[in-house]
Amino acid sequence: MEAAPKRPKLDTVPPGDPRDRGGKIQPMLIVSGLKKHFPIRGGLLNRKVGSVRAVDDVSFVVLKGETLGIVGESGCGKSTLARLLMHLIPRDAGELIFDGDGVAEERGISLRELRRNMQMVFQDSYSSLNPRLPVEDSIAYGPKVHGKSRKEAKEIARDLLAKVGLRPELFGSRYPHELSGGQKQRVNVARALALSPRMLILDEAVSALDKSVEAQVLNLLRYLKRHFNLTYVFISHDLNVVQYISDRVLVMYLGEVVEIGPVEEIYERPKHPYTRALLASRLSMDPDERVEDPPLTGDPPNPINPPSGCRFRTRCPFAEDVCAASAPALGDWVDRTTHLAACHMENAASGHSLAGRPEGAGAQMRLAATA
Amino acid sequence: MSLQFTTTIPGAAPIAASASQPLVEVKDLTVKFVSREATVQAVNGVSFQMMPGEVLCIIGESGSGKSVTMRALMRLLPKRRAVISGGMRVGEHDILSLSERQMTELRGATISMIFQEPMTALDPVYTIGEQIAETVVRHEGCSHKAAMARALELLQVVKVPSAERRLNAYPHELSGGLRQRAMIALALSCRPSLLLADEPTTALDATVQIQVLILLRKLQKELGMGVIFVTHDLGVAAQIADRVAVMYAGRIVEYGDVRDVLMHPRHPYTLGMLASTVHGQPRDKDIEAIPGSPPDMRRLAPGCSFAPRCRYADAACTAAVPATEDVAPGHRVACIKAAALPEPRIGMS
Repeated sequence: MEAAPKRPKLDTVPPGDPRDRGGKIQPMLIVSGLKKHFPIRGGLLNRKVGSVRAVDDVSFVVLKGETLGIVGESGCGKSTLARLLMHLIPRDAGELIFDGDGVAEERGISLRELRRNMQMVFQDSYSSLNPRLPVEDSIAYGPKVHGKSRKEAKEIARDLLAKVGLRPELFGSRYPHELSGGQKQRVNVARALALSPRMLILDEAVSALDKSVEAQVLNLLRYLKRHFNLTYVFISHDLNVVQYISDRVLVMYLGEVVEIGPVEEIYERPKHPYTRALLASRLSMDPDERVEDPPLTGDPPNPINPPSGCRFRTRCPFAEDVCAASAPALGDWVDRTTHLAACHMENAASGHSLAGRPEGAGAQMRLAATA
Repeated sequence: MSLQFTTTIPGAAPIAASASQPLVEVKDLTVKFVSREATVQAVNGVSFQMMPGEVLCIIGESGSGKSVTMRALMRLLPKRRAVISGGMRVGEHDILSLSERQMTELRGATISMIFQEPMTALDPVYTIGEQIAETVVRHEGCSHKAAMARALELLQVVKVPSAERRLNAYPHELSGGLRQRAMIALALSCRPSLLLADEPTTALDATVQIQVLILLRKLQKELGMGVIFVTHDLGVAAQIADRVAVMYAGRIVEYGDVRDVLMHPRHPYTLGMLASTVHGQPRDKDIEAIPGSPPDMRRLAPGCSFAPRCRYADAACTAAVPATEDVAPGHRVACIKAAALPEPRIGMS
């Protein structure tokens, strides 16, 4: 097979990356209070008539060497979040700290430096490549801009093509339209790695691929992570893929973080009713396990006028008055084993009738699902 | 709720489908797209039968010819560039011999179709109600008022909340899930006996997808329609299908009851698909991916198209296209090695 990945022998970068500045325990990225509201203009003088609250006060950390999965339905703000992390769009409020250095701050890390250390792979493999450049030149473009000679840049590109499983002598001079979807996504991954970044943001990077190709690219991503000592932020709507690839998972709903925790905790002991409903919406491969009742009804509400209080309350089977009155807080994150959910039922002092009885809530959920 | 309309409309009775006669019969269908540069062999000899009231899922990756097969059944392919041969029969209609006018009568009334992206399939400048009513008036010749009443009923049948208000909504005013429901209402407006669904839930969110699947399954049972459902998602097929046809490179490589195909697959491609679908695999191991990529449909190699990616392939596989053989009653596989393959171990739950 022409694209059969011929992988070089696995050699893990020894622990203690020379590029490490803040030390092993310093998180790769600290995000706090990140906010992005898109204005909606209209009316006579094109005045601002409202705003889409795409990302609303989101805080989390990405630890060194981990894969943080971000899941949520369309419109929950996960792609806006990715673009905010990359500084592809300006943020309205919030703070980013990359390996101990504030981003684009005095005495911090410059944007240029950040983008060298943090790269992104997009969903649409075709539109993110320049159709007029052979893929080799697309990959070499970044290194050239960052000061490598043409020859060096080309060498980097060919080396990376080989590492992502495409023979450089066969594929290097091809144009994007001459490659299949999976091959193009491999090129995109190679291009993202060309500046030897420390962190990759993968925004639905495998979602547009066929299942058999998706599996190949996932295996490749796992291999590259070990090989280059990378940290991933993996954004996807596919819960099975996120479960497979992530160490920790963050669940978003309408621009807010509703639950965050280690992958086993999230998938085996979900706390937030939304996470439970998402997990129950996964389709079994067994024709005898058909879902008879939908875990949730209706579509996610419009992020222009999100419901007051808890944003999930309009679809939540346990919503009570307290849910409309005040927004539940996520709580304080401590370390990689912390499991938090922004739900009044998790907080014994919230006044919710099921508060402080997560087991009872789980049983109620199952009852509601079968009723 | 059954689809017994209170607004009685004369004429246009659905095809009297007798239970013993197949509703759809496709025999040796081939579709080629001819252009100056190349000939794309999109469908290469597809044959299947479908009984009334059955749900057939066609599973395949992009480029496997599953959508082209559906469009051929609706005769929606560009007439000049698509060369179709073989036989297709729906009810008592021979699709390929019908005139364009007869075909227009058939579309919407006997066969209707729903698409992946409802936003591009619905007309943006008419309200949902107008679009449904137009179809009803066209096929059943009733008054506009009666047709609007039927449209309202249909929106209630597909469980669109506050249907009166949504009747006067434009497609862009609805969310993705509601648009797809409106699209289903439109497709069902004249009680078709065959519904073609081309990845209707792929563009929807997981929590909405399951709602639409349950709705489709319920409507299909109540109306007793035959449904051909195209998908690339094995989980969707497990939810809705009675029979499954797995397509690869324009051919059906495996066909059978949904339980047989998904739980006891015999074709190496189906086996590979099941193994490579991410579904609770151990996190510290690679997924068993099928190596390589699907073949170029402009230059199909002789013999089994899957042979270059198949771990069991040998010289005999590339000599001739493998014939379809029964491995069990009603379970057909196009693989000369099917009998010799090790018994599959499927640990899917």
